[in-house]
Amino acid sequence: MVDTLVIPLLKIVIVLNATLVAVTYMVLLERKVIAWAQSRLGPMRVGPYGILQPVADAVKLMIKEDITPVRADKWVFTAAPIISMVPALIVYAVIPFGPKITLFGRQVSLYITDINVGLLYIVSVASVGVYGIILAGYASNSKFPLLASLRASAQLISYEVAVTLTLVSVILMAGTLSMVGIVDAQYNQHVWYVIAQPVAFVLVLIGGLAETNRAPFDLPEAEQELTGGFHTEYSGMRFALFFLAEYANMIVVSSVVTTLFLGGWLPPFPNTPALHFLYAIPSWIWFFLKSFFFLYVFIWVRATLPRYRYDQLMRLGWKVLIPLAILNLVVTGIVKVMLM
Amino acid sequence: MSQAIAFYFISACILGFAVLVITTKDTVHSVLFLVLDFLFVAALYVLLGAQFLAAIQILVYAGGIVVLYLFVVMLVNLKRPPEAHQDPHRRANWGLALSVAVLVELGAVGAYSYARPAPALAAAATPAMPVTGNTEQVGWLLYTSYLIPFEIASMLLLVAMIGAIVLAKREL
Repeated sequence: MVDTLVIPLLKIVIVLNATLVAVTYMVLLERKVIAWAQSRLGPMRVGPYGILQPVADAVKLMIKEDITPVRADKWVFTAAPIISMVPALIVYAVIPFGPKITLFGRQVSLYITDINVGLLYIVSVASVGVYGIILAGYASNSKFPLLASLRASAQLISYEVAVTLTLVSVILMAGTLSMVGIVDAQYNQHVWYVIAQPVAFVLVLIGGLAETNRAPFDLPEAEQELTGGFHTEYSGMRFALFFLAEYANMIVVSSVVTTLFLGGWLPPFPNTPALHFLYAIPSWIWFFLKSFFFLYVFIWVRATLPRYRYDQLMRLGWKVLIPLAILNLVVTGIVKVMLM
Repeated sequence: MSQAIAFYFISACILGFAVLVITTKDTVHSVLFLVLDFLFVAALYVLLGAQFLAAIQILVYAGGIVVLYLFVVMLVNLKRPPEAHQDPHRRANWGLALSVAVLVELGAVGAYSYARPAPALAAAATPAMPVTGNTEQVGWLLYTSYLIPFEIASMLLLVAMIGAIVLAKREL
């Protein structure tokens, strides 16, 4: 009873709440980092160094007027923010924050569940998230959101192909789709996959930027051309849901890249006896450190690179990333067969 | 017991959404009901213990193909085409003929399986497989017993892809 119901429910509650808190603080982190990159201070008024800014933002968004345009498709307009938020959250079900540990004399795993098709589950759930953007643009019944959502869906479909093809070579290395299994495979093969699969690592990182609509691929919300992008007509909490979904997706991409390429919860060189003192740091702290690094990279890239043009974006996706992904897959397969 | 309840609930949802797909006036809504339908079909696969198939169902149909449907529906101006034929009952007659054909087919299948109960498929197929796990078993079957059909299917997809490229890019 305790093992099958209470502990999983407790884990779900903890993970969901931690995610939402992390997402709100991601917004603050982004504002701070970009401010520093531009020699500004960023938010400083609410709390010391502005650390209570997310609370103020949340209150502001909740008490704002909630407007639905008269000509909007009401049901779809209401459903769109929910559809983009839910996939971003349910992906956390299979992300392993750590191995099984003993807590108060009871074996507890630091992941909600480990299913046989974990990585495939993540890819398929993420592919449903695109509906939120398409439907928001369609239901608003306004030309800029519609243009933005058409751009977004073309972009997401193109990069989904590249990312999924790249992930296949990682699966080929690990021999399993289970997220815990992939980390174990990196332990058993004595190598993080960032070293064994550098091309795949770069491709997944670029694809991840495009899949989360982050700069330099943030064309769906290009302010200069599309006023606000697909969420132009949204206000208050519904707008906030799109915002939260974007940041939740960033955390998902960081966690997935960490798990696949940086050994998840493992310390560096996990099998070297000379470095065993690194196990003194708990596994989940390693995981959060690595994920945090990627979140920082996301913001760093945004502060550094200008936005791509639309034709450049499509050319990069179809003519560079997908051929590279296929090449990487073929080479991985040949090497794997030769080593067997 | 709970399995049966879940099965009937999911099946009812699948049928209900399928009806909504063809009865809804708004084309975009109809496509959305189609997505919901696919999601519930995936739930049915999970209930049957076929997680791999469920994930593929969502990835390919809900996440890929229907997005393209939505694209087309949103881009193409959907005005009612001018009535090409004079006979107003033509469509109704076709519909009636088709539904009778499907009913007869279903009846034939039902009668056949009633007369000759199928051998327990799951029990017959499992012992030969040296691998465990849903994905591994699907892969094993595809590359051993069903290799030829699998390759033919991939050939078909390749032909379709080349055809699409030729149609879209006439002066290559």
